[in-house]
Amino acid sequence: MTAELIQLLTPEGERVDNPEYPLDDVDIKGLYRDMVLVRRIDTEAIALQRQGELGLWASLLGQEAAQIGSGRALTPRDMAFPSYREHGVAWCRGLDPMKLLELFRGVSHGAWVPEEHKFHLYTIVIGDQTLHATGYAMGVQRDGTEDEAVIAYFGDGATSQGDVSEAFNFASVFNAPVVFFCQNNQWAISESNERQSRVPIFQRAAGFGFPGVRVDGNDVLACYAVTQKALKAARDGQGPTLIEAFTYRMGAHTTTDDPTRYRVASELETWKLKDPIERVRVYLARSGQADTAFFEEIEKEAGELGKHIRAACRALPDPVPLSIFDHVYNGENAIVDAERAQFAAYLESFEEPAR
Amino acid sequence: MSKLTLSRALNEGLRRSLDVDPKVMIMGEDVGKLGGVFRVTDGLQKDFGEHRVVDTPLAESAIIGTAIGLALRGYRPVCEIQFDGFVFPATDQIVTQLAKMRYRSGGQLTLPVTIRIPFGGGIGAVEHHSESPEIFFAHTAGLRVVACGDPADAFTMIQQSIASDDPVIFFEPKRRYWDKAEVDTAASVEDALPLHKARVVVPGDDVTLLTYGPLVRTCVEAAVAAREGDARSIEVIDLRSLSPLDMETITASVAKTGRCVVAHEAPVYAGLGGEIAARVTEQCFYHLEAPVLRVGGFATPYPASRLEDHYLPDLDRILDGVDRTFGF
Repeated sequence: MTAELIQLLTPEGERVDNPEYPLDDVDIKGLYRDMVLVRRIDTEAIALQRQGELGLWASLLGQEAAQIGSGRALTPRDMAFPSYREHGVAWCRGLDPMKLLELFRGVSHGAWVPEEHKFHLYTIVIGDQTLHATGYAMGVQRDGTEDEAVIAYFGDGATSQGDVSEAFNFASVFNAPVVFFCQNNQWAISESNERQSRVPIFQRAAGFGFPGVRVDGNDVLACYAVTQKALKAARDGQGPTLIEAFTYRMGAHTTTDDPTRYRVASELETWKLKDPIERVRVYLARSGQADTAFFEEIEKEAGELGKHIRAACRALPDPVPLSIFDHVYNGENAIVDAERAQFAAYLESFEEPAR
Repeated sequence: MSKLTLSRALNEGLRRSLDVDPKVMIMGEDVGKLGGVFRVTDGLQKDFGEHRVVDTPLAESAIIGTAIGLALRGYRPVCEIQFDGFVFPATDQIVTQLAKMRYRSGGQLTLPVTIRIPFGGGIGAVEHHSESPEIFFAHTAGLRVVACGDPADAFTMIQQSIASDDPVIFFEPKRRYWDKAEVDTAASVEDALPLHKARVVVPGDDVTLLTYGPLVRTCVEAAVAAREGDARSIEVIDLRSLSPLDMETITASVAKTGRCVVAHEAPVYAGLGGEIAARVTEQCFYHLEAPVLRVGGFATPYPASRLEDHYLPDLDRILDGVDRTFGF
C-alpha cells in the first residue's frame, strides 16, 4: 500500500518525477485549457443561480484537477458513473454543459444519452452509482471485452454509505474492472473528514482486498497518471482500485450552502495556495511551453463560452405540462394513461391554454 | 400438460427465459449451488453456468444496485430477495434508482430487471419471514408489481415479467410453493393472458371477492363454502397485477354483483384494498348495494408464528367480510 501522496506537479509548479507514473503522452496545455473552461462554466452557473436562472448549482471550484485529470485518462470506450458535481468529467466526455444546466434549472432531470458519451446520468442519492458502476463492470466482464474499464465517482461523505462498501466488496469478490475515484474535498456539506471516518479513505481498499492510492487531487498530472494506471489494471483483469484524490471544495457545497457557518477562512486561504490551475500555468510559462498569447487565447475562449452559456440558459424552454406523464413506463400503463387523459381534459377546460 | 408445484413451475419458467434470451441472468443469495432456499432456481446454475446464475455476497442493496448496472450494460437480471422482510435494505436502489431511471433519462434508458420476492405468512417462520410489503412498491411510480397465485400463472407470469422492459416486482406466495396443479409448459407465453390483466377464477353473481397471491386459494375455498352453506354466489377475481390495477375487469364484475370485498394478507390500513375501494366507489357508485369492505392483516407488525392463524385472513374471516356486505 502506498502511504504517501502521489504528486507529479507541486503547488509551486515544479515537476516531480515518479518512475511508477511516467508521463509520456500527456497534453498539458490541453489539460490547462480544460480546467480553465470548466471553471468558467462553474462561475457562470453560480452567477446564473444568483440571477434566478438556475434553481441550484453544485460548484466544482477547486476540484478541476481531480476531474480533468481522471476524465482525460479515460479512453472513449471506458464508462463513467458520476455523482452530481462532475461537471469537469462531463466536459471530458464531450457532454454539452447545457445538459447539466437543464438539470439545475429544473427543465429536466438531466436527460442525456449515457452510452453516447459513455457518461451515466448524474446520481444525487449519495453513493448509489458505485453499485451501478460495479454492475456495469460485471457486464463488461461477461461480454469478454478487454479494452473497457468503468470508473465510479463519489465524495468523501459517500464513503460512509453502506452502498459504497457493498460496491467495494462486490467489485473485489467478482474482480470487476472498475476504478473507484473518490474526490475527498474535505467537507460533506458541513461535516469534516473526521466525522466520516477514522482511517484515511484510501486505506479502506486494503480491507476489501484491492489496492488503494492517495493522489494530490489538485495536481492534474498526478490525477491523470494514477487514474490511467488504475484503468489499465482494470482492463488487464487485475480488478478494482480505489483512488483517493485529496482536494478541497473551495466554494460552498451548493448555492444554498453557507460555509462560513462551519469552517474558518484561513483554511480556504491555505488551499488557494495549492490551486489546481495556477500551478499548471506557472509550470507552462516557466518551462517555456506556453506564452502570453496562449493564455490570452484561452481566456478569450472562456469568455465566449461564458457568453454562450448565459444566453443558452435563458433560452431553455419550460417543458409542456403533459410531459409530466412521459417515460414513466415503456408500454401502456392504465393508471398513468388515465391520469394523463384526466389532466389533459382539465387543462383544456380553461379558456387560456396552459403553456 | 404436467402436474407441477408452484415452485417447480417458476423453475420451468426461469429455465425457459434463460434458454430464450442469452442476456437473462439470475442473481441472489444461495440461488446457485443450493438452488435457492425454496429451490426455485434448482439446477439452473448447473445448466447455465456461474456467469448466468450468480451466487452473490449477502447484500440486498448491492444485488439490486449491480443488477441496475448490468441492465444498463444490456443484461436482463432476475434478482431473488430471499424473504419479504429482507427487501428493505434494497429499497433505496429500487425506489430511487430502478423505478425512476427511465423517467429521469427522458426515456433513453430502460431497466428490464425482475425482482422475485417470496411473500406472505402461514409457514410458521420467525420474524421478518412472513411479511407482505407489496404496497410500498405499488405506491412507487415506474415499477410494475405482480403476484402469482397458482402454478400455471407462476410459469407464464415469470416469463412475461422477465420479458418486460420495465422493472417488475414479482411476488411469490411462499406458502403455496408446494401447491400442485396442471401446467402446460409447452404453451407459448404469447398466447397467455397479458401480465396486467386480472382473471376471474370463480364466476359468481352476488358479490365480487378480489384477492391475489396466497389468498387466491383461500378465496376459492370460501366461494365453494358459500355456495354450499349460504347459497351465495361469490365471484372470485385474482388481481394478478397490483400495479397497474386492471380496473376494467374489477368494475365489470362489481357492476354485475353490486358488492365488493377485497382480501389480502397485508395490513388493511393504507393498503391496496383502500385504493381499490376508492376506485370502485368512484367508478361503480350507482351499482353498489354496500360499501366496499376490506379483509386483511391488522395494523400491527406481523405477530409471532403461534399467533399467525389469528392474524391471517382465513376462510371464516373472508366469509365474515362477505356476510357484512349483505348487512347494509
